[in-house]
Amino acid sequence: MSKTLLKVESLKKTFGGVVATDDVSFDVQLNEIHAVIGPNGAGKTTLITQLFGEQLPDAGSVFFQGENITRLATNKRSAKGLARSFQITSVFFDFSVLDNVALAVQAHKGHSFKFWQAATTEIELRQAAMDALHKVKLDKRASMKASELSHGERRQLEIAMALATNPVFLLLDEPMAGMGAEESASMFGLLKSLKEQRAILLVEHDMDVVFGLADRISVLVYGRLIATGTPDEIRRNPQVREAYLGEE
Amino acid sequence: MSVQEIPKELESHLKPPLLFGSGRGRVLTIFIMVLLFALPMLAWGMGNQFYLDFSSRIVCLAIAAVSLNLILGYGGLVSFGHAAFVGIGAYAVGIPAYHGYESAWLHFPLAMFAAALFALVTGAISLRTKGVYFIMITMAFAQMAYYFFLSLEEYGGDDGMTLWDRSDFGFIDISNKLTFFMLAYVLLAVCICLTFKIVHSRFGMVLRGCNSNEARMKALGYNTYAYRLTAYVISGAMCGLAGALIGNLQDFVTTDTMTWTRSGELMFMVILGGAGSLFGPVLGAIVFLLLEEILSAYTIHWHLPFGAFLIFCVLFVKGGMNGLVTRDWITGSKQGEK
Ligand SMILES: Nc1ncnc2c1ncn2[C@@H]1O[C@H](COP(=O)(O)OP(=O)(O)OP(=O)(O)O)[C@@H](O)[C@H]1O
Ligand SMILES: [Mg+2]
Repeated sequence: MSKTLLKVESLKKTFGGVVATDDVSFDVQLNEIHAVIGPNGAGKTTLITQLFGEQLPDAGSVFFQGENITRLATNKRSAKGLARSFQITSVFFDFSVLDNVALAVQAHKGHSFKFWQAATTEIELRQAAMDALHKVKLDKRASMKASELSHGERRQLEIAMALATNPVFLLLDEPMAGMGAEESASMFGLLKSLKEQRAILLVEHDMDVVFGLADRISVLVYGRLIATGTPDEIRRNPQVREAYLGEE
Repeated sequence: MSVQEIPKELESHLKPPLLFGSGRGRVLTIFIMVLLFALPMLAWGMGNQFYLDFSSRIVCLAIAAVSLNLILGYGGLVSFGHAAFVGIGAYAVGIPAYHGYESAWLHFPLAMFAAALFALVTGAISLRTKGVYFIMITMAFAQMAYYFFLSLEEYGGDDGMTLWDRSDFGFIDISNKLTFFMLAYVLLAVCICLTFKIVHSRFGMVLRGCNSNEARMKALGYNTYAYRLTAYVISGAMCGLAGALIGNLQDFVTTDTMTWTRSGELMFMVILGGAGSLFGPVLGAIVFLLLEEILSAYTIHWHLPFGAFLIFCVLFVKGGMNGLVTRDWITGSKQGEK
């Protein structure tokens, strides 16, 4: 029996005249990688922000582990085990790479109203941060400033920070965009290994990655979900072929 | 209990932060701090009272600037109302003294507590806004405090009130100018050390993270509002302490210490000295007051060249005075202390 981690019901969001999320319903199971694909401007990022509470939907509900979290603040969602990565790298550019990840670790190791001990000397934080950097193969860059990283490395840091909060549910917004082939391949392996005891909602443009990783795929076009199914079902779906995969 | 073993690969990543930084600037920074203590003493020894008073003013305003730096430099919160805390601190000395309560052990805690309370209430509201709105609303609250004290006829209104006796510490007598200076200097040192501890602690990392990228902090699970408000209150309390000192220094308590231009001056000291650096605000206070003193001796229109200099520094001197002090002049690289 699989367990539903995330359930989305009739989610709606408009920006002026643009319908960014149009009556979207789907669910994500434990141990599942659920990919969301769609052309530029389909509303993928907007969907993630609503699942994570950075923007609130106009209507509809989001349930996480059975609890209605539609209007819950972002930081509280994080405490419940959700984490996200950003399509446009969003890290602390003036911090060292290790400090970036250590700050992510710290967020889930009790409160931070601790005013005395230097955070950079806390072995617990540093070790956990280093482990996360190992996972994305960025440990060699630990003492560099985040702003000195290459584009691909920044993308790896982005993922390391999401991982460092030890999430149950990962929302990844185009994690591979801008990565080199080698980095991409290693990220592929990492994501595959991550889904055990977790779930991932993966937004990605690279179709090889999507069809290689996803257990199920949802296709979003102009804010509307036109299909959800296994990779094979999606590949065969005539509507999807016409609207999105047609050109391939 | 066994000592926790440090994994080899972590060793190089567990460096404790250093008070005076690790770069070339540390010697110069220490030198300046020593001078700030020694020069006024020397002047006093040679019978020149003026420089002792002048240095006391620098030190007191440096404490206010250090407190502002915590939220402005490290926290990225541009508060344009910090003079209100100075004023509240000064009145926390003046009002009890007027009623015959002279003890410093009442004045100073009261100054810090009242300023902290004002910070808590106004910060709780101000921190719900961002950017320009935050600047405006902190300034508006400071103006409210200004007019409140201005309206207190009992306590001098716009004439201010004379402090007949300085706060009574019991074991030391701060009506002695030298003693006052030493007390102020020690308190400045304490405030710098506290700031040093705070900005490198878990709390400080969060505060700096909010400055760097608030959206990411929220995504990581931080309640950024709560941390910022706490920093705002700490900063307010520290600035209230500066206010209590300034009231004593002037032997006079007036709303002049809390006008919005005073808030602007504090901001200038922080930015001129180097926002987000530990000793920057001290350097800023020194340069600011020295320039004010020197230029005003030449011309009554000293604000003009003064303003031009400030604009020049803000535009062209990266990292402010602290940037100059910690700069590696040989390789040209800047070794900030972050
Ligand atoms: N804050 C906003 N205000 C107004 N319109 C917005 C806002 N955010 C998104 N939109 C619009 O909503 C639609 C969906 O945008 P979104 O960024 O979610 O698309 P996306 O699927 O992530 O695209 P991409 O593949 O380019 O990342 C677009 O038409 C966009 O212009
Ligand atoms: Mg997007």
